[in-house]
Amino acid sequence: MIPMNDFFSVMPAAVLALFGCALLLMRFDGGRVYPLFLVVGELLAALGLWRQSDYIGLVGFQGSILVDRFGIFFNAICLAAALLAALGAYRYLETQEENHPEFYSLILFAQSGMYLMVSGTELITVFIGLEITAVSFYVLTGFLRANPRSNEAALKYLLLGAFSSGLLLYGFSILYGLTGSTRYLTITSMLVNRLSTDPLMLLAILPIVIGLLFKVAAAPLHMWAPDAYEGAPTPVTAYLATASKAAAFGMLLRLILGPLHQFRPGWEAVIGFAAFASLTVGNLAALTQSNARRLLAYSSIGHVGYILLGLVAGNQTGIEGMLLYLLVYTLMTTGAFLLLAALEREGVDDFRGLLYTHPAVALLMIVFLVSLAGLPPTAGFIAKYTIFLALIQARQYWYAVIAALYVAVSLYYYFRIVREMTRKPEPASISVQISTGWRAAVGVTAILTLGLGLNPEPIFAWARSALK
Amino acid sequence: MTLLIVIPILGALALLVVPKRFAWQAAIAIALAAFGQGLALIGGPLPLTERHTWIPSIGAQFLLHLDGISLLFVLLTTLMSLLGILASPKMPRLFYAMLLLLEAGCLGVFLAQDLLLFFVCFEAVLVPMYFLIGIWGAEQRQYAAFKFFLYTAVGSVSLLVGILAFYFQSGLGTFELPVLLNASLPLATERLIFWALFLGFAIKIPMFPFHTWLPDAHTQAPTAGSVMLAAVMLKMGTYGFLRISLPMLPKASIDGTIVQTLGILSLIAILYGGLICLVQKDWKRLIAYSSVSHLGFCTLGLFSLNSTGITGSVLQQINHGISTGLLFLLVGFAYERRHTRRIDAYGGLGKSMPGFTLVFGTAMLSSIGLPLLNGFIGEFTILRGVYLAHPWWAGVAIIGIVLSAAYMLSLYRHTVLGPITHEENRHLPDLSLREWAISAPLIGWAIWIGVRPDWHFHLIEGPVEQIMGRLRP
Repeated sequence: MIPMNDFFSVMPAAVLALFGCALLLMRFDGGRVYPLFLVVGELLAALGLWRQSDYIGLVGFQGSILVDRFGIFFNAICLAAALLAALGAYRYLETQEENHPEFYSLILFAQSGMYLMVSGTELITVFIGLEITAVSFYVLTGFLRANPRSNEAALKYLLLGAFSSGLLLYGFSILYGLTGSTRYLTITSMLVNRLSTDPLMLLAILPIVIGLLFKVAAAPLHMWAPDAYEGAPTPVTAYLATASKAAAFGMLLRLILGPLHQFRPGWEAVIGFAAFASLTVGNLAALTQSNARRLLAYSSIGHVGYILLGLVAGNQTGIEGMLLYLLVYTLMTTGAFLLLAALEREGVDDFRGLLYTHPAVALLMIVFLVSLAGLPPTAGFIAKYTIFLALIQARQYWYAVIAALYVAVSLYYYFRIVREMTRKPEPASISVQISTGWRAAVGVTAILTLGLGLNPEPIFAWARSALK
Repeated sequence: MTLLIVIPILGALALLVVPKRFAWQAAIAIALAAFGQGLALIGGPLPLTERHTWIPSIGAQFLLHLDGISLLFVLLTTLMSLLGILASPKMPRLFYAMLLLLEAGCLGVFLAQDLLLFFVCFEAVLVPMYFLIGIWGAEQRQYAAFKFFLYTAVGSVSLLVGILAFYFQSGLGTFELPVLLNASLPLATERLIFWALFLGFAIKIPMFPFHTWLPDAHTQAPTAGSVMLAAVMLKMGTYGFLRISLPMLPKASIDGTIVQTLGILSLIAILYGGLICLVQKDWKRLIAYSSVSHLGFCTLGLFSLNSTGITGSVLQQINHGISTGLLFLLVGFAYERRHTRRIDAYGGLGKSMPGFTLVFGTAMLSSIGLPLLNGFIGEFTILRGVYLAHPWWAGVAIIGIVLSAAYMLSLYRHTVLGPITHEENRHLPDLSLREWAISAPLIGWAIWIGVRPDWHFHLIEGPVEQIMGRLRP
C-alpha cells in the first residue's frame, strides 16, 4: 500500500496517466469526445496542482519527488501547453484523417513524464520522466503515418534523442559513482567538500548539461529541431517546442541550482557558449527560411538562447527572467504554431493577403509575431526585458549588446511574414480550418500575450514565489 | 490624464465592431472626445501628476505628468489625429483604429514620467505606423514601411539598453524620472549612456545621418499617416532629448565633444536637407526633406543649452507640427484630385483653386518663417539662443533659412502660380467645406503664435527653467 503523501506527491501525474490509459481504450465514431475527455483529465490534474500548493515542502517516495512552487510553476506551463495543443489539434487531425484517441493519450503520457522531470529530485526518477516524455514525443512526431516527412522527422528525432539520453545517463552514472547516491539532497551534501574545478566533476557535469541542451534544442545541438518541428503534426510541434523545452529547463535548473550549483566554473562556459551559438544560429538561419514553420523552428532556437542568457547572468533576476520567459514563450509559440496548423499551407509566401481574406486570423498572428519579436506592449517584450535587466545587472554587457542586436535581426524575419500578410491577395487564396476548441485556445493565448504585456505584475510575482 | 490615453485605445477597439458605414463618423467622435479632453486640461492646474501602480516588482509605475511643454504636445497630438481622421473619409475600420492607437502611444510618450512607460509607448507606436504605411500607403509601401520599422526598432533597442544601464548605475531601483534625477554618475558612464540614448532619439527625429528612412516613409504613407509622422512622431525624438537626455545626463550634455558633435550634425541636417529640397521632383518628398532641415533647427536650439535656445526649440517643434502637418494635408488634397505627387504635373492651380492657393501660401510662409506667422517666432528665438552660445552656428543656420525660402517659393511657383500647363488642372474643384474646416484651425493657430506667442512662451518657460537648473546648477 502506497502511503498517502507519496501518492499525493505524484497525484497530477497519476491522474494524467490514468486518463491517458482510459483514452487508449476508447473508440467513438465522432471523435469529439477525445479532446473533451482530455480536458477533463487536465482540469483534474490542475486541481491536483492547486491542492499541492497548500503542501509546499512535501516529500514523496523517500526524497524522489518534491512538491514545491518551482515544480508547480513548471507543471502549470506544461499543463497549459498540453491543453492548448490538444484543443487546437482536433480540426487539424480531422483534415489529416488521423483523429485517433491515441494522440490525446500520448499528449497526456508525455505530460505525466514532464511532471516527473520537473518535480523529481532523484536521478532515476527524472530520467524515467525524461524517457516517458521522449518516447511519447517520438510517436507523436510520427503520428501522420501516411506522411513521409512525419516519419522522417520521427526517426531523426528518435536517433538523436536516444543519443542525448545516453549521454545524460552517462553523466548521471558518474555522479552516482562519485557520491554513492541518486538523491539530490544526498548528492549535494556529498559534493560540498569538492573543489569547484574538480576534473572528475567536469566529467559528470558536461554530459548532463550537454544532454539537456540537446533536449532544449540549443545550438550547436539543435540539428534535430528544425526537421522534427517541420515534419511533426503542427499541434505536436507547438507542444514539443514549448512544454518539452520547459520541462527540460526545469530539470536543468533543479540540477544547476541544486547539486551542481557550486560547480559554476564547470558549466558556465558551456552555457555561455550555447546561449551565444543559439542566438546566432537561430536568428541568422531564420532569416533565409521560406517555410514559416521552419522559420519559427529556427527562431525558437534563438529564444532558447535568450532563456539561457538568464542562466549566464545567474542572478536572482536572471533565473526569474528564465521562468518568465518560458511562460511567455510557451504562450506565444503555441499560439503561432496553432495558427500555422489552421492554415493548410505554410510557406512564408502563402501568408500573402491574409489580412484581407481572413483579417481576424491575421490580426492574431500579428499579436504573436510582435510578441515573439519582443516589442511592447506584448508579453514578449517583458520577457526579453527581464533578461536584459539581468544581464546588465550582472555586468555581462557584451552578452546584452549581442542579445540586443539579435532582437533587431529577429524583427526582420518576423515582419517578413507580416509584410506578406499586408500584400494584396492572390486569387487562389489560402483556406483556414478552425474549430471551436481552436478558437478558444488561440483566443486565450492572444489575450494573455497582450494582457500580460500590459500588466506583467502577476507573472513577476508568480515567478518570484516559484524561486523562494 | 489617464482618460486621455484610454479614450483612443478603447475607441480603437470599439471601432472594430461599429458598422462599416459609420466607421468614419465614429472615429471622428472618438478623436473629438480625446481633443476635448486635451482642451479641458488647459484650464486645469499645472503641473499635474497622476500615479498608479503598474509593475512594482521592477520599480515601474504608471506615472503621468503634465506641464506646459507636455500640454502643448498633447494639444498638437490630439488636434492632428482629429484632422488626420477628418482628412481620410471612406477608409476601413482598421485604418482608424490604427490611427487612434498611434494617438494613444504618442500621448503616452508626451505624458510619461516613468522611463519604462515612456519606452513602452515609444515602441508601441511603431506597429500601428507600420500598418498605416504598409497597408494603405502608395506604390512602394511595403519597402518604406519595412525600412521605417527596422530603422526605428534598432534605435529603440539601443534606447532600452541605455535606459537599463542608467537604471542600474543609478542604483535607485526605480524608473521614476524625477527620482532618477538625483543620481549622479561619473562623466564617462554618462557619456556612454548618452550615446545609447542618442541613437534611439536621433533615428526618430531623424538627425543626419540617420534620416534615410524618413523620405521613403513620408512619401509612401497615406495622408493621415504622413501628418501624424511629421507633426507628432518626429517630435518624440526631440522630446526625448529634452526630457531625458538633458536633465538625466547633465554632465554629458554640456560635454564639449558631445555638444559640438550634435551641433555639427544639426547644421549638416539643416543645410543638407535644404539643398536636397531644391532638386526634388516629388511634392511629398520635398516636404519630407524640409522636415529634416527644420528639425535640424530644433536640435540646434536644444544644444545651444541656454533657456532662449531651448524655449525656441520647443516652440519650433510645435510650429513644425502645425506648418508641416498642414502642408502634408494640402498635398493630400491635391493628390485626391489629381492622383500624382509629381510637381511638374501641377502648375497654375491658382486659377482653378484660389482657396487652396491661399491656404497653401500661408502654410508655406509659416514654414519659411515669415514674420507674423509662427515659424518666424520659433526660428528667431532659436537663432538668438544659438548666437549667444556659438555665434558661428547661427551664421551657418541662417543659410538654412535662405534655402528654405528658395525651395518653398520655387515649389509654390511651380504648383500654383503661372499659367495652367496641364488641361486636367483647369477644372479642379476648389477646397470643399470639410477641407476648409481641416485647414482653418491650423492656420488660426499659426497666426495666433505669430502675433501673440506669449501664452506659449509662458507655458514653455517654467519647465525649461527646471531643465536649465539641472544643466547650469
